[in-house]
Amino acid sequence: MAIEDDVTVVGGGLAGLTTALSAARAGAQVRLLSHKDSTLRSASGLVDVLGYRPESAAEATAPIVDPFEAISDLPESHPYSKVGESGVRDALALFDEVVGDAYQGSHTDRNALLATHGGEVKPTARYPASAAAGLTSDTREALLVGFETVVDFDAPLVASHLESSGVPFDVRGATVRFPGDFRADAKLTRLADALDSDERVEVREETGSAGYAESLPARQALAEVVKPHLDGAERVGFPALLGQHDPAEVRASLESELGAAVFEVPMGPPSLPGMRLEGKLLGACREAGVRMTTGNPVVGYETAGGTDDDGDRIAAVRVERNGAAIPFHAEQFVLATGGLVGKGIDSNRSGVREPIFDCYVPHPDDRYDWFAAEAFGEHPFARFGVETDDDMRVLDAGGESDFSNLRAAGAVLGGFDFAATKSGAGVSLATGRAAGLAAAREVSE
Amino acid sequence: MTDAEVLVVGGGSTGCGIARDLAMRGVDVTLVEKGNLTNGTTGRMHGLLHSGARYAVSDQPSASECIEENRVLRDIASHCVEMTGGQFVQLEGDDDEYFEEKLKGCRECGIPADVLTAEEAREEEPYLSKDVKRSIRVPDGAIDPFRLCVANAASAQEHGARIETHTEVTDVLLDESDDEVRGLEVRHDSGPGKHEHGRAGETEKITAEYVVNATGAWAGQIGEMAGVDVEVRPSKGVMVVMNCRQVDTVINHCRPKGDADIVVPHETTAILGTTDEEVSDPEDYPEEQWEVDMMIDQLSKLVPILQEARTVRSFWGVRPLYEPPGTGTTDPTDITRDYFLLDHEERDGLSSFTSIVGGKFTTYRMMAEEISDHVCEQLGVSAECQTADEPLPGSEDFSVLRDYMDEFGLRSPVGRRSVQRLGSRADDVLKTGEPNPVLCDCEAVTRAEVRDAIDQSGTDLNAVRIRTRASMGNCQGGFCCHRMANELFPEYDESQAYDALDELFEERWKGERHALWGEQLSQAALNYALHATTMNRDRPLKGEDTDFAAFDSGVETEIPEPVADERGERGD
Repeated sequence: MAIEDDVTVVGGGLAGLTTALSAARAGAQVRLLSHKDSTLRSASGLVDVLGYRPESAAEATAPIVDPFEAISDLPESHPYSKVGESGVRDALALFDEVVGDAYQGSHTDRNALLATHGGEVKPTARYPASAAAGLTSDTREALLVGFETVVDFDAPLVASHLESSGVPFDVRGATVRFPGDFRADAKLTRLADALDSDERVEVREETGSAGYAESLPARQALAEVVKPHLDGAERVGFPALLGQHDPAEVRASLESELGAAVFEVPMGPPSLPGMRLEGKLLGACREAGVRMTTGNPVVGYETAGGTDDDGDRIAAVRVERNGAAIPFHAEQFVLATGGLVGKGIDSNRSGVREPIFDCYVPHPDDRYDWFAAEAFGEHPFARFGVETDDDMRVLDAGGESDFSNLRAAGAVLGGFDFAATKSGAGVSLATGRAAGLAAAREVSE
Repeated sequence: MTDAEVLVVGGGSTGCGIARDLAMRGVDVTLVEKGNLTNGTTGRMHGLLHSGARYAVSDQPSASECIEENRVLRDIASHCVEMTGGQFVQLEGDDDEYFEEKLKGCRECGIPADVLTAEEAREEEPYLSKDVKRSIRVPDGAIDPFRLCVANAASAQEHGARIETHTEVTDVLLDESDDEVRGLEVRHDSGPGKHEHGRAGETEKITAEYVVNATGAWAGQIGEMAGVDVEVRPSKGVMVVMNCRQVDTVINHCRPKGDADIVVPHETTAILGTTDEEVSDPEDYPEEQWEVDMMIDQLSKLVPILQEARTVRSFWGVRPLYEPPGTGTTDPTDITRDYFLLDHEERDGLSSFTSIVGGKFTTYRMMAEEISDHVCEQLGVSAECQTADEPLPGSEDFSVLRDYMDEFGLRSPVGRRSVQRLGSRADDVLKTGEPNPVLCDCEAVTRAEVRDAIDQSGTDLNAVRIRTRASMGNCQGGFCCHRMANELFPEYDESQAYDALDELFEERWKGERHALWGEQLSQAALNYALHATTMNRDRPLKGEDTDFAAFDSGVETEIPEPVADERGERGD
């Protein structure tokens, strides 16, 4: 029996999940096709809307206080121009409702400034509740705690760099050993699991000549290791590994042990906050009746009538499974396969392309014009992606729609540098919602 | 009294080899290098340990020297060498006569050489083209030029030498009548001593009884400061680094000469080479797209999967070619690969000064021996050269690879790779008593190795990179540059750590730009996202007056009361 849905979404990241959820809630029968782990598992889990202006001038280096106010100033190439400020606001409202108290930031239009694991301060619109006590506009004294074997986060160095960046609070860093006999290469998720289940860990008492070992629940053991460094700090930051499934509980236990607020410094990859967010979105999609088909790549498509006039409508996408190409039919399709990072955009020595539908991706002919000379220069490659009309329909080189029933959302869209402007998550949410609603609307018409 | 007996200029393989040789003979030697060790040609070669077969037709004296030194280096630098073996491959349509000449030449020069049939050749290297007609198997190998150079410098230091990196020669000091060199004026970028970001530089005059100019392609510039002409003819070559070893032996195209005719398996990578084009300035020359494309397109004829394989970066080096004045060779590929010792007293009437130019990496030790003999003769030192017999630090007792999984709490492949790099220094470096996590996943480099390298070289993370290979794998540092910088703190301060990070990150970017398509463009976009989006390293607040109070200050939350000291009394 043929597989037949109203809307098929290709891609299981933030944009794809938002598209699928929006379309399903609007009444469409939706299928989501995803191949590999999404980039949510690598990104920090922060939800940026707009952190910086796109210009390279000096003012672009100052973080934007109110991202909504700045949306109308963006150049037309930015995907926000398709959805407008209200489209962004509506998408965030959807997000806030889905994640509930797992995220904060919705109480204000203003950006929050958070410390990154690289020691810089970053503007973002929504942040995990687990990171909330870490806001750098908060003036309470902070202690950052790193672990000897968690090599991406050096707490004393980050603390020192934050102080030199002029943050309005005192901050110190300490490096401790994660309690228990974990291997030097234990994964973050292994440490998070230990805190989730509060498993008992062996703690060796170093004082005294003989020394003895006792076993303590992991959360209490961790607090005991931190206490000697506390010295009056009102909040304590850890690398983001405080539980994979029960972060609120882990945090609450640590807070009551330490008598101080506890927060996570977002990290990635791997990103526990990103995985938790993925879990929330997947749950919402399932609840809305989205069908998921995972683990196999979309390798091509079929048009409705072959070479006749219906050739501009996609009839099905082909999913490769065990060497066979299986068609997934639908009325509407949304491409949410990600950008260069997620491999929704591909390239070779002679050009750049969108690999499934061969959509047009504007790019300079000479590949030596794809990048800037400096590592953080204005990279043309960062803006590679497909173009759409205001209804998120993918356009060809002549500005006409490629296929009347193909839309795109998220990082596969071109014309903006999500890394420089810190607008990646916002674009995925806003264009995902817009594309999902538009696809559902067409189905019902 | 002079500050040093001998001053050596140049911290490449030749300069470090000379410093070691002289120091082992009891000479008080100081070496100055304007960048970090291997900064010039040594750090920019494809890592081939020549069997000599490459020169067996065109330049037999060089070929004989190569096989001789090939055997010496396997012995004294075992931890730097991987004896992969190599093939000279004849494709259908290639000249039969040249193949026979090559075989005969190898035998005349004492280079072991066996003919392999097409089937045998492809059995050894399955990715070779089906167009292989036959090949000659020779003892080519891979050698890590960084490790070798650093080991020579370390050995020199053990024997009392002073090694100053990031120290540029600003003048050559002459006596009053301008007929004798008395020393050098140098500028320490930071220091003297280990390189440290942000530390003030200073100028130093170092006097010496003898000065050796071992700056290779830069020899003309030092010569000019002393008022003598040294006519080096720098010739650039491109090398393209692949993400894995498509071949496990050195693959040479057996034809008279030409660009893009060699693939060298090197550690986790394979390196494609190269071109030969004369340039006027050894530091300022174009690095072009066509050179990269030519490597891939040409060498795909030998190893077809290279066409589709992932490249991770490209780099260029300059050969320090030299020919005596008046030779007038026009094509740089025809300029001899032989080395020349230019005694400026004999040649220019300027005593206590000799330049060494030309030559090849494989024969660096022999060159160092010859010039050390010459200097010792001038100084009246009678000690004999020991460098052909005395193993380098790291190669002293390199017997069995133990099971490092248990010993160091590391996954065994990590342990194995650490021990391969460190050789006999493994115990000293790895047994720290502290947890030793991996910092660079691509190259399996642990914290202990990185700290050892920092102990040697200060805040220059590129110097750490060449010692450990950290940041040289597929991700080109995207996942580990910051981890390396973290290790500088708190020994060095916060701003030094961040400056060092920025410098390494830019250096990695410089070479990666030449491989930006396909997988590696995807990787570059990921690295950019990780460092710019996740860490916000592209928009640091440095020196800006941020109004923190204008941003979200959060929702008021209750700070929990601390747990009472005696457990069980809570909740009342």
